[in-house]
Amino acid sequence: MTAKLIQGYEVVIGFETHAQLATKAKIFSRASTAFGAEPNTQACAVDLALPGTLPVMNREAVACAIKLGLALGSHIAPQSIFARKNYFYPDLPKGYQISQFEIPVVQGGEVGFYLGDEKKTVRLVRAHLEEDAGKSLHEEFHGMSGIDLNRAGTPLLEIVTEPDMRSTDEAVAYAKALHQIVTWIGICDGNMQEGSFRCDANVSVRRPGQPLGTRREIKNLNSFKYMQQAIDYEIRWQIEQLEDGHKIQQATVLFDPDTGETRAMRTKEDAADYRYFPDPDLPPLVIAPEWVEQVKAAMPELPRAMATRFVQQYGLPEYDATTLTQSQAMAAYFEDAAKACGAPKLASNWVMGEVSRRLNTEEIGMDAVKVSSRQLAALIGRIGDGTVSNNAARQVFEALWSGEGSDVDAVIEAKGLKQMNDSGALEKIIDEVIAANPANVEQYKAGKDKAFNALVGQVMKASKGKANPQQVNELLKAKLA
Amino acid sequence: MSSTALHDLGVAQLAAALRGGQVSAVEAARHFLARARSHQHLGAYVALNEDATLAQAREQDASIAAGTAAPLAGVPIAHKDIFVTRDFPTTAASRMLAGYRSPFDATVVARLAGAGCVTLGKLNCDEFAMGGTNENSAVAPVGFDAPQPVRNPWDGARVPGGSSGGSAAAVAARLAPAVTGTDTGGSIRQPASFCGVTGIKPTYGRASRYGMIAFASSLDQAGPMARSAEDCALLLSAMCGPDPDRDSTSLDRPAEDFGRALGDSLEGLRIGVPAEFFGEGLAADVHAAVDAALKEYEKLGARLVPITLPRTDLSVPVYYILAPAEASSNLSRFDGVRYGYRASQYSDLLDMYKKTRAQGFGDEVKRRIMIGTYVLSEGYYDAYYLQAQKLRRMIADDFQQAFKECDLIAGPVAPTTAWRLGSQNDPVANYLADIYTLPASLAGLPGMSVPAGFGEGGLPVGLQLIGNYFQEARLLNAAHRLQQATDFHLRAPEGI
Repeated sequence: MTAKLIQGYEVVIGFETHAQLATKAKIFSRASTAFGAEPNTQACAVDLALPGTLPVMNREAVACAIKLGLALGSHIAPQSIFARKNYFYPDLPKGYQISQFEIPVVQGGEVGFYLGDEKKTVRLVRAHLEEDAGKSLHEEFHGMSGIDLNRAGTPLLEIVTEPDMRSTDEAVAYAKALHQIVTWIGICDGNMQEGSFRCDANVSVRRPGQPLGTRREIKNLNSFKYMQQAIDYEIRWQIEQLEDGHKIQQATVLFDPDTGETRAMRTKEDAADYRYFPDPDLPPLVIAPEWVEQVKAAMPELPRAMATRFVQQYGLPEYDATTLTQSQAMAAYFEDAAKACGAPKLASNWVMGEVSRRLNTEEIGMDAVKVSSRQLAALIGRIGDGTVSNNAARQVFEALWSGEGSDVDAVIEAKGLKQMNDSGALEKIIDEVIAANPANVEQYKAGKDKAFNALVGQVMKASKGKANPQQVNELLKAKLA
Repeated sequence: MSSTALHDLGVAQLAAALRGGQVSAVEAARHFLARARSHQHLGAYVALNEDATLAQAREQDASIAAGTAAPLAGVPIAHKDIFVTRDFPTTAASRMLAGYRSPFDATVVARLAGAGCVTLGKLNCDEFAMGGTNENSAVAPVGFDAPQPVRNPWDGARVPGGSSGGSAAAVAARLAPAVTGTDTGGSIRQPASFCGVTGIKPTYGRASRYGMIAFASSLDQAGPMARSAEDCALLLSAMCGPDPDRDSTSLDRPAEDFGRALGDSLEGLRIGVPAEFFGEGLAADVHAAVDAALKEYEKLGARLVPITLPRTDLSVPVYYILAPAEASSNLSRFDGVRYGYRASQYSDLLDMYKKTRAQGFGDEVKRRIMIGTYVLSEGYYDAYYLQAQKLRRMIADDFQQAFKECDLIAGPVAPTTAWRLGSQNDPVANYLADIYTLPASLAGLPGMSVPAGFGEGGLPVGLQLIGNYFQEARLLNAAHRLQQATDFHLRAPEGI
């Protein structure tokens, strides 16, 4: 890995992400997980930890873990163990969180993505199932705290990476890639504002070749923008500390979007002893190979597999294939257009180019795309058969996008963008241009390529952009030979 | 039927009388409620609710009249106050849960109600089922304003045993024909032995733990206590069965008729007698009574086989690491936040936790929480908890070795008969007295206590029978055959 250094320091980042699973019921009770209900209306006896209640595993949550493991090429443990993490807090009703400690359900795997043109891979350590805590509300109650246990017992997958990332950009790209995968396979709604996808970043810096520096963990990054700001700030802060001769203390920090700074919540010295031990209320989680196969059969084609197929089936470069498979909707759009027009690479260029650009500019998703895959295919067809030039096609696309028209041929006709393919008319123009530019002709004959380009430009201009550049080249060369 | 005899009837006889209309469920309930009141000095009951009891009884009378009676229709029972109940407060004999009312019934409670049983009330026990004397109860029994020890009906100056002390005392004093108890390390068998009643702890996982306030999850099992093995079989059959939607540790095995083997011949039965159960520390009177019972089995055609359970001694330290470890975590939910006791004055959150738990829990509970917290702490976990887990497996393996040579294991339940109230103040000495019941608990095996005679001062002695997994029917039959040959289980304490 070649690392970009900042003031001579190498940045090392690892991630822990809590993905809230899109199950109907909680992980160990049958209460609903819907967001936004009145406080404490979605907490049953088990969630309230009433005396005598016991946890019973929700199979749906396990299926989500299997899906993630399959999507990331992980080992799905045939037997994993639930453990209790013991600590007191008012929004933790049992006084312990049921999690997985020594033997998690998903082990290893990797997340691949592109950073610019460079392919990156972040290795996973593990992903384990656990329950969420409730919420403490400190603001609405004067001198008291309110407890809302609706969220208590909501299933989470905590996804932990190796410290493989070497820059903020790479970290954010990883988080986006993971976000795309969990939403792609439908295990998480990905809503960061509602806390469905929360990232903790472990950040440290070191001189190249030195052992890992002391890390600080930035908790609960709930937007990609804050993630970027928080990690950037944290890197600068740590380097500053080290440059000033201070040591970094291991700590958990929070990012304050108002100040743009991170501040320490607690240091290692306050770290609790969670007294993990296997939860005697839950037998080992056994996942038979048949269950994995069942889940696999019902899964959508995975982004990695789809990208490989795009390379093989459509002859796309790997970069294109990976980019197009960042979301199911984009991949489907591409594939439909490619099949309809029969020119996959052109379709890929258009989807990654014009289509993505317009979606980004208007901040809308593929679900709201304004040029259908069939319209795009028709347009690409018209480029392929020489009816329009690339430039003209862009104008047609604009017209389709803005709703000026819906039929590709009608738009081409209405805008007069048809390419001049009549060689007689073109020859006439070329003869005129040669006659009108003797100096350029002389220079070309003397070996100056630039002069040739100037002549081509003149011909294009005279044809009002409708001439086929390829044809212009050929005819002009023939006439000047 | 004369009501004086009603409380001498066994469950089977009573159920028959109820179905036959010789006595109504309401009459039976009133009779036992009256006895509970007239014997309240024993401290067995901690909660009665006559209205609820009689309402349940009337329902059963209606179903009997309608010809839709369940097998135990109208049979009055009572529950250890570890089972949560809708109709009665549930305290686990702790100040922490004083006045707590559960919004649901424990599965065991619901199953027995489904079989037609009528609940008389809740029974005293050691706080959160921790103890072997019932002296750790922190709640006032019915008729008292302050906590009182449960008295052994055979000698009011002695303990009934524990933790299901109220349950055992209630059966011995005929304040209920049958009751529920729970057994974590001997809490059904030891009080049954001390009070001269019959009790069985089934294989771990037979009875749902849902609604049984957890002490040590990997050990806790519910079971019935009654005067005879036959009665225990009737209750156990109603209590057990899978509960997959509520308890992940409940076994996926259909309900069984545990009385199906009652009356089978014991000819050729191999009874293993572990040498380690008869060593130093076993009182002479207990030894003699157990020997006499073993001789009785030989007369019934069984053969005694000497066996060894070499890690019996280790079961005490292993249990007193694992059970407190689980308890320390299980009892974390009692934090004063959502229900139960909360200290009236505190300065901040941490202070609220500290005061609530310091004031809400009794000494023995606090002792075990501290032991458990210690053995789970970083740096000690491997040395204590993990080691204990390994030994637990070895103890279970020892039983499997033994069961290659025998069909049942027999020995004493406890080293002595019931001791005097207040005489045993050393916690470690108390823990050591559990030595014969802990091995079967750690292995998850079914075990029972059968009245086997009387020791010094006319105090009951129990014989412990331990079976292999799922051998409850065989165990109950062995107990039943002994009870057909003896009358220890039929004798009543003087003045009862």
